[in-house]
Amino acid sequence: MPTDRPTAAELVEAVREFLADHVTPNVEGQLAFHTRVAINALAIVERTMAEGDAMDAAELDRLRDLLGQDGGLGEMNAALSKAIRSGEMDDKRTAVLDHLRQTAEDKIALANPKYLIQRG
Amino acid sequence: MVEAVQDPELSAGEQLAAVLRDRLAQEYGAGTEIEGLVRLSGGASRETWSFDALKTDGTRQPLILKRDPMDRQVEKKFEGVPEGRLNVGRLVEGRLLQLAGEVGVPMPKVPFFLEKDARTTEGFFTHRLPGEALGRRIVRDDAYAQARPRLAYQIGHAAGRFHTIPLDDLPRMRGLPAAEELLHYRAIMDSFHQPHAGFEYGFRWLQERLELAGERYALCHGDFRNGNILVDEDGLVGVLDWESAHLGNPSSDLGWMCVRSWRYGYHDNVVGGFGDVADMLDGYEAGGGGWIDPEEIYFWQVFGTLRWGILCMILGFTHLDGEQRTVEYAVIGRRAAETEYDLLQLLD
Repeated sequence: MPTDRPTAAELVEAVREFLADHVTPNVEGQLAFHTRVAINALAIVERTMAEGDAMDAAELDRLRDLLGQDGGLGEMNAALSKAIRSGEMDDKRTAVLDHLRQTAEDKIALANPKYLIQRG
Repeated sequence: MVEAVQDPELSAGEQLAAVLRDRLAQEYGAGTEIEGLVRLSGGASRETWSFDALKTDGTRQPLILKRDPMDRQVEKKFEGVPEGRLNVGRLVEGRLLQLAGEVGVPMPKVPFFLEKDARTTEGFFTHRLPGEALGRRIVRDDAYAQARPRLAYQIGHAAGRFHTIPLDDLPRMRGLPAAEELLHYRAIMDSFHQPHAGFEYGFRWLQERLELAGERYALCHGDFRNGNILVDEDGLVGVLDWESAHLGNPSSDLGWMCVRSWRYGYHDNVVGGFGDVADMLDGYEAGGGGWIDPEEIYFWQVFGTLRWGILCMILGFTHLDGEQRTVEYAVIGRRAAETEYDLLQLLD
C-alpha cells in the first residue's frame, strides 16, 4: 500500500462525508434511505481499518487457548464451530461463552457501536 | 398462467392507477377516482401503496393496497436445504386479516381483493387507519405515552384471539415442527460455508431444550413484532403484515415479540421496547389463549433471536451471491452481529 496521503481510510472518510454533506440533503424517499445505509457501510469500513487488526489478534489468542491448536482465523473459527456442534466443547461452556461474547462485542463495535447504548 | 407486465410507456404508478380505477368502479361504482397514490417504502417481497378512493357521492375512503412485486423477485435458493418457506400468498394473507378481525383482533377492514391479470400482480386492500407503525416512534414519541403501558397486554390479548381460531377455519397453510425448523435454519447457515461459532452455540443450546418448544399448533402470525403493529394514542389498532403466517407453536409469536432487535434501544422493556412479559401473558390469558409458562416464551425468544440472525445472513448472502445487489442487504448481513450478541447474552 502506498504511504501517500490521503490514505485508504482517509479516502473512505472523504466519500462518507461527501454522501452525508452533499447527497443526503438533496435526496428523499428510498434514495435517502439507501444513502444513509451507504454512509453506515463506509463507517464500518473506517472502524475496521482502525481497530480490526488488534481485534483479530486477540480473537486468535483466545481461540488458541480454547482449542489447543494453531491456525488462521477462518480455520480456527471453523474448528470451534465444529467442536460446539459435536458436543466436544460441552465441558468448557463458560470459557466458550466468554470468548463468543467478547468476539460478538468486538463485531458490534465495528458494525454498529450505537447498538450497545441503552435508551429510555 | 398470466404474468403481469409493466408497460414501458407508463410509470408504475400510472399503470396501477388504471388498474385501481377499474377495480374501484366494480366496488364503489363507475367514476370513482383515486387521489394521492404513493408507494410506501417497504419490503422487497411486496409492494405497498397508499391512496384515497373518491366516490361519486363525494365521500372519500382512504385505502392501502398490498400486492406482490411487479418486478419478479429471484427466490433465494439454499444449497442442500429442503423447502421450508412458510410465506403465504397475498390472497391468503388478506383472508387471514379478515379472520383475525372476525375474532376480535384490532384490525383494519379488508374490503376486497385484487386478482392478478396482465397488468397487475395479486393483492388485497385494507382501509387505511390513522396510526403509527414505525417501531422507533411507538417506543419513543410523546404521542404514544398513554398507549405504551397498555400495549403489552393488548398485543397478548390479540395473540390469544388469533391463536385460538379453529384450524378448520383457516386457509391451507404450511406448518413446521420446532425441531425441523431448527434444522432448517442450521442447514441454511451451513449453505453459506461461513462457520459461525456464536450461532452454533445457540443451535446447540436450543437442541438441548427442545422439550420447552411445546407441542401445540395454531395460526402463527410469523412476524409478530414491534414494526408490524399499528398503534394510535390509545393503543393497538391493528396487527399488520401476515405474509409469514403459518401453522406453528403459538409461543413462537410471543417469543419473537421479545427479540431485542425491535426494542429500539429500550432494552429493559422486553416486549417490543414498551412492555413486559407478565403483562403480555396476562393479556394472552384474557384473550383466551390460556396460560403459558414464561420459560417456553424464553425458549422462543432465544429461537427468534437466532432466527433473526440467520435471516440477516440470508439477506447478506442474497447480495453477495448476486441475486439482488443492494447496499441495504450488504449492511443487514453485518447486523447478524447484533443478534449474535443478543443471543449470547440470553444463553448460559
